[in-house]
Amino acid sequence: MKRAAIVALAALFAVTLIVLLLDLPAPAVDLPAAVGARMADSGVAHPVTAVLLNFRGYDTLLEIGVLLLALIVVLAVAPREGVAALPRADPVLQTLARVAVPLMLLAGVYLLWAGAFRPGGAFQAGAVLAAAAVLLHLAGLAPAWNAPGKRLRVGLAAGFLVFLGVAAALLAQGTLLQFPPAWAGALILLVEAALTVSLALILAGLFLFLS
Amino acid sequence: MSTGTIFACTGVILFAMGVAGVILLDHLLRRILAFNLMGSGAFLVLVGLGQRAGHPDPVPQAMVLTGIVVAVAATALALALARRLFALTGGYVLPPGDARDGDG
Repeated sequence: MKRAAIVALAALFAVTLIVLLLDLPAPAVDLPAAVGARMADSGVAHPVTAVLLNFRGYDTLLEIGVLLLALIVVLAVAPREGVAALPRADPVLQTLARVAVPLMLLAGVYLLWAGAFRPGGAFQAGAVLAAAAVLLHLAGLAPAWNAPGKRLRVGLAAGFLVFLGVAAALLAQGTLLQFPPAWAGALILLVEAALTVSLALILAGLFLFLS
Repeated sequence: MSTGTIFACTGVILFAMGVAGVILLDHLLRRILAFNLMGSGAFLVLVGLGQRAGHPDPVPQAMVLTGIVVAVAATALALALARRLFALTGGYVLPPGDARDGDG
């Protein structure tokens, strides 16, 4: 009875929202045109990267902060059972991992570089690199992570700290995260490189600290 | 009806399925999956509505990209908490008392 009522309510919600969506007025603000008008000042050539790192940079700054926070909480609640054993080695998977991981590293660096002018960027690069680390672990070639040492901690926090440092340095000229057009390209590449390292380590850590 | 509108409507349906799942399912792993379904539906609505004029809008796309990464982190956090609960109680179901006292 209760079950049927909840399903009916959810269906009613969906139907109402779809009816409203079909009758939506045109947007009052033309955001693509606004982005296009300032692309020359952004320091990159791809609009999504320009929005992520320049026009709405504080979203990305808070995002990497949220990720770091999530990892810290995962570390706090993860069970500590000494050094975890490697998964059973499977020769086929090991061979695949040995072939695929160097290519994944290459693809990760390419994605980071390509983000300036086509789809790509720090998030995609970090995800590919983290997947490479998880693949190495699942193939039995790399152990799971226990407590992070000093170097790993620096790597995990680097993206957030570099981004925060750039934001603080830019505060000197008045506005938070407003890149001067002449420096925007170099600063975005610096921030994205640090973000890639940290995102890869954090995403890999979310898996490897728990396994 | 443009492609973007179809994406947005699909997103609404996914979101509604996710809401029903979060309320109805007891197993925490399924509840986390349903929550992810809600998130995916919301992302699809944002991206779909952004491109209903025919050309993609970079602002919602960047927001959804940010959202996906945060959703991955939140899911990992939820899974870590679920494992902690399993270690403490031996099950993946919230104790019934807490569900009524807290906000679930």
